[in-house]
Amino acid sequence: MGRRFRRTAANALFVGACFIATALALTALGLIMYSLLRQGLGGLDLNIFTKSTPAPGSEGGLSNAIMGSLMMCAAAMVIAVVVGLLAGTYLAEYGGDSAYGHLIRFLNDVLLAAPSILVGLFIYEIMVRPLHGFSGWAGAAALALLAAPVVTRTTEDILRLQPKELREAGMGLGSPRWITIRKIIWRGAGGGLLTGALLGFARISGETAPLLFTALNNQFFSLDMSQPIASLPAVIFQYALSAYDDWRRLAWAGALLIALAVLAANIIGRVIAARGSHRQ
Amino acid sequence: MTKQSRGAAFDPIFRYACVSAATLLLAALTGVVASLLIGGWPAFAKFGIGFFFDTTWNPVTEVYGAAGPIAGTLITSALALALALPIAAGVAIFLVEFCPGMLARPIAIAVELLAGIPSIVYGMWGLFVLAPWFAEHVQIPMLYVIPPGSIWETIFNGVPNGANIFTASLILAIMILPYMAAVFRELFLTVPPQVRESAYGIGCTPLEVVGSVTIPYVRSGAVGVIMLGLGRALGETMAVTFIIGNAHGLPTSLFDSGSTLASTIANEFTEATGEMHTAALTALGLVLFIITFTVLAIARLLLARARKY
Repeated sequence: MGRRFRRTAANALFVGACFIATALALTALGLIMYSLLRQGLGGLDLNIFTKSTPAPGSEGGLSNAIMGSLMMCAAAMVIAVVVGLLAGTYLAEYGGDSAYGHLIRFLNDVLLAAPSILVGLFIYEIMVRPLHGFSGWAGAAALALLAAPVVTRTTEDILRLQPKELREAGMGLGSPRWITIRKIIWRGAGGGLLTGALLGFARISGETAPLLFTALNNQFFSLDMSQPIASLPAVIFQYALSAYDDWRRLAWAGALLIALAVLAANIIGRVIAARGSHRQ
Repeated sequence: MTKQSRGAAFDPIFRYACVSAATLLLAALTGVVASLLIGGWPAFAKFGIGFFFDTTWNPVTEVYGAAGPIAGTLITSALALALALPIAAGVAIFLVEFCPGMLARPIAIAVELLAGIPSIVYGMWGLFVLAPWFAEHVQIPMLYVIPPGSIWETIFNGVPNGANIFTASLILAIMILPYMAAVFRELFLTVPPQVRESAYGIGCTPLEVVGSVTIPYVRSGAVGVIMLGLGRALGETMAVTFIIGNAHGLPTSLFDSGSTLASTIANEFTEATGEMHTAALTALGLVLFIITFTVLAIARLLLARARKY
């Protein structure tokens, strides 16, 4: 009786603790989402997309920051997808099991988890300091270096899921290996590869730290990637720490925009991945 | 040249392109380490081993020591891990063992999506919501309750503005929580259902199943997850920069303001006054890299071992 009671009681405590942990976690995250929506939606109007960042007290928006972020992310994604796709293909199709392949995989994991601010320092040392100037290209390079490991990793995972028979079929038709990979393996894995790119985009679109000393910031609307350029995260950082209410309101609206973009990229990536796995 | 032989001629070129892309990743990481070493070298050369133990950080007199930021990084990360670990494990166990099927998927997906929210969003929430609330409802009441001269006064001493080591750890804990919960859940799902069900079959309670079947089964993987969470906390920059108070020197209490390696770099790098200031900040970057790399290597090792079983 005593022992059974002890077991039941201990179990009840344990189950209760798990419920409370989940409730706590969901509450904390719910509170954050609530603040973000409440503070962000208020500042979200058409001006955000049409006007540049204002001087304190005057009316303005985030158009220069949005444009800068889009341009840097787009440039970064082009580089990251090319490098990631090829490197992932190397790991899955060519040298994945060699010593060099294992080394690359390990280093890719290190890059995947390395603090993003260190990538910013690296790009500062190789691009900003020698060229004597902050630029949008430096920002894009830093972001590319953060997205490429994500694309590499997902590409390898997806390609390894492709059945061996596909490769054998390609060889049986006498096609060179690179055509087999391009026309059969990549095509079969298309959705998964797109997911990898979207996850990479989700990873970099909110990155602030590496942009602070590569792209710096720019108060004005600019499309020139060889000059300092504004980005949403950098503007949010600057405005959130300012003492002006209208700047802070813009910071919340920007934070909401970034969160929505990241959520959208993640959700679309998941839907594509799920559809692909149903078909197989 | 026939079409086919032209296709075959491209084979080595394509392979070469793939190898080069992989090598580019290797070069990037080598470049990161090399640039941190070279950039930070003047600081190591000037301050020697004392760089790691000196608590002064003074751009005016050009004396730099990393002890404050190193301590701040280790303390906040350890505290964040201590706060997040039990809750993340609880969430994962709830999702795998108790949660009604209809809710399990939505909650699991929500947790995974929250793991991707950029840290600057968490940082803003910390700055505008958590810090004022914490100052008003925790720090100020505690000023009245705590007897002067007691040990508690030393531990909880600090300016009541909510920007301190503890709130920074709290934000870090909330940030790594969804990530750790998501990975823990995946790990718990690798336990074969037969093993768990046979434990239930001999009359084990859920606590006993988790304690004597699930956790021993995933033990080394679980340590890997903990290390990954720690790695995230160590390198986290923006959220911490918003809320830690950015004071140099060793923090003297839980509610004292402080700084971390990453937050110091983020705050001062673009405004660094002299060559030595930049070098000292880059040296902080190298210290951060070494710490995170060590943690990460251990995590990979343990997770790889876990996958082998």
